[in-house]
Amino acid sequence: MQEIMKSRAKELLADGTVARVLGWKKGEFDYDCTPGVFASEKEIDEKLIYNSLCQSNLSKYLIEESRKEGKVAVFLKPCDTYSFNQLLKEHRLHRDHIYVIGVACEDKIDIDTIKAKGIEGILTISCENEEVKIQTLYGEEVLAKKEAMNDRCLTCKSKKHMVYDELIGEEGEVLDSNRFDMVEKIERMTSEERFAFWQGELSRCIRCNACRNVCPACSCETCVFDNPESGVENKAAANSFEENMFHIIRAFHVAGRCTDCGECSRVCPQNIPLHLINRKIIKDINEFYGEYQAGADEMLPPLNEFKKSDVEPDVVYMRGDESK
Amino acid sequence: MKKLPIEKIDMFFQILSKEYPIYLPVDNKSKVAEFTKYEDGKEWSEQLNTVRSAKDFFFPQVENMMRFETDGKKIEVYDMYEEKEDFIIFGVRACDVRSFSILDSVYLAEPVDSFYKNRRDHGIVISMACTRPNTTCFCENFSIDPTNPEGDVTAWRTNEAVYFQANNDKGEKVLSKVARLLVEDSNEKVQEQKKKTKEILNRLPFHNLDLSYFKEENTMEIFQSKLWETMSESCLGCGTCTFVCPTCQCYDIREYNTGNGIERFRCWDSCMYSDFTKMAHGNPRKSQVERFRQRFMHKLVYAPTNNFGVYGCVGCGRCVEKCPVSMNIIKVIKTLEEK
Repeated sequence: MQEIMKSRAKELLADGTVARVLGWKKGEFDYDCTPGVFASEKEIDEKLIYNSLCQSNLSKYLIEESRKEGKVAVFLKPCDTYSFNQLLKEHRLHRDHIYVIGVACEDKIDIDTIKAKGIEGILTISCENEEVKIQTLYGEEVLAKKEAMNDRCLTCKSKKHMVYDELIGEEGEVLDSNRFDMVEKIERMTSEERFAFWQGELSRCIRCNACRNVCPACSCETCVFDNPESGVENKAAANSFEENMFHIIRAFHVAGRCTDCGECSRVCPQNIPLHLINRKIIKDINEFYGEYQAGADEMLPPLNEFKKSDVEPDVVYMRGDESK
Repeated sequence: MKKLPIEKIDMFFQILSKEYPIYLPVDNKSKVAEFTKYEDGKEWSEQLNTVRSAKDFFFPQVENMMRFETDGKKIEVYDMYEEKEDFIIFGVRACDVRSFSILDSVYLAEPVDSFYKNRRDHGIVISMACTRPNTTCFCENFSIDPTNPEGDVTAWRTNEAVYFQANNDKGEKVLSKVARLLVEDSNEKVQEQKKKTKEILNRLPFHNLDLSYFKEENTMEIFQSKLWETMSESCLGCGTCTFVCPTCQCYDIREYNTGNGIERFRCWDSCMYSDFTKMAHGNPRKSQVERFRQRFMHKLVYAPTNNFGVYGCVGCGRCVEKCPVSMNIIKVIKTLEEK
């Protein structure tokens, strides 16, 4: 797969279809690739990689890349194409400057999940069939692939690309995922338990903004929290209310636009399961307004229009209070 | 050298915690090690290091400095400085202990930062030698010996025991509180463990980085390098590297409206942020390339130039592990050095 991608990227550069290629750049290990722009065949030969550890969603980089001169080719995994579509819908990309190469995704494995199993000193990781072999300073470890995957891939919503100009690898299907299971579990908690759960998670936040900056739905040129003119700018939480406020406001701002790509939780240095907040809102939208998947089609997002049949606010309010 | 059998470690914490608040690395619910105040039931983490560094103890993320309260036309000003009580940080790794002296060179230089000094004067550091270094560790490049950490007390862990050695009066005093648990022992077992650890250290991928290029006379050449553009293109402009870094020391002073007054506090800031050092004329570094370059120029060039050759990095590897896009100081060093 990687070799086919490399030769296609080189062809597209050589025949002038594109001026640059956006892909994953080889790092120091198997597990630390970096998103990168390739402008020459030499660079592609030496550094372009695609393996089961290439997790980054490249779609957000296109906001800048598609504003540069000439066309850019980009590799998008199925879940990244939802983000791409959503960015298009929000007029954030110059489509005519982008050549989308859909690449099949065989489920990614996650370095943080592997480390959380207590595996230390990781030198190399290889994934074949359903087995992950890990060479460490302290010996070899073998995991079943499922044990090395994070929640977003274990509950993958789709192996089908929503958009592409050309496809490498086999096209998959939209999956019947169990991605709302954990949300349901949290819904079943009492409000006190739920509050304690989120307080426990969010109190670890160090306000590094990684979740926001990686999020394809967070594409404001200046975030309200970075803008001294806004009156609510804050670089650190002054109290526990502000601690929660940042994440709650962010979740509401991306409501109906979040495609559930899961990058927020993947990048959180404190392992806060932020994607669960967004999934709760997605689940509510599905229940109140009918099934809707952001980034899947050209349908107007339910939160952007008003229908007489829309759910009444008190229905929403009553649901959150189990005493009624 | 004093020996504590490993089965008595809990008693060690119990006795000391009656005298001082004692903080040690404990795994939280999501299996992340974090410095936690000892109380019954807290277990010392087996992990190599905490995600947040130990700098938090001396340079916390948020700190109130002043409070103003208004009542009609009257305004009352409160100084938030309070003399701290002595506290112990247990299990600090060699990299983090060294970071304290880098922070000292900023905060204890004239004019002395009284908030920092207060914490530093009352903090007692019990360091812990490494036994299972990670592939992302590279402290030895900065003349740090992870088998021989600095601190008020140095400790070594073997399978059966923890060994202690006081390095100053502060350390002696702490060990005297738990004297009845400790027995005098030769350093034979510690030497054995050190030898084992050194063998692992020699196999680390970043064991021998070439830092010779990063010196004062190359400042302009490095600054003007075209490579910053490609290196920074993936940077998200988040503050993860800065906030997990034990030596990053920049802060902002801000005010919070409480409704009937103002809290003036300082908080960590990041040179990666778009509003970092924003002044009346705007932002001095307008693009992410400039911000990215600033962070690494500071660590690798400005710091050694202004601080007798001491780099602004201790090789703890936190940024290497935590950067969302895996763009880090190792890649910067290697890319610039290869040119």
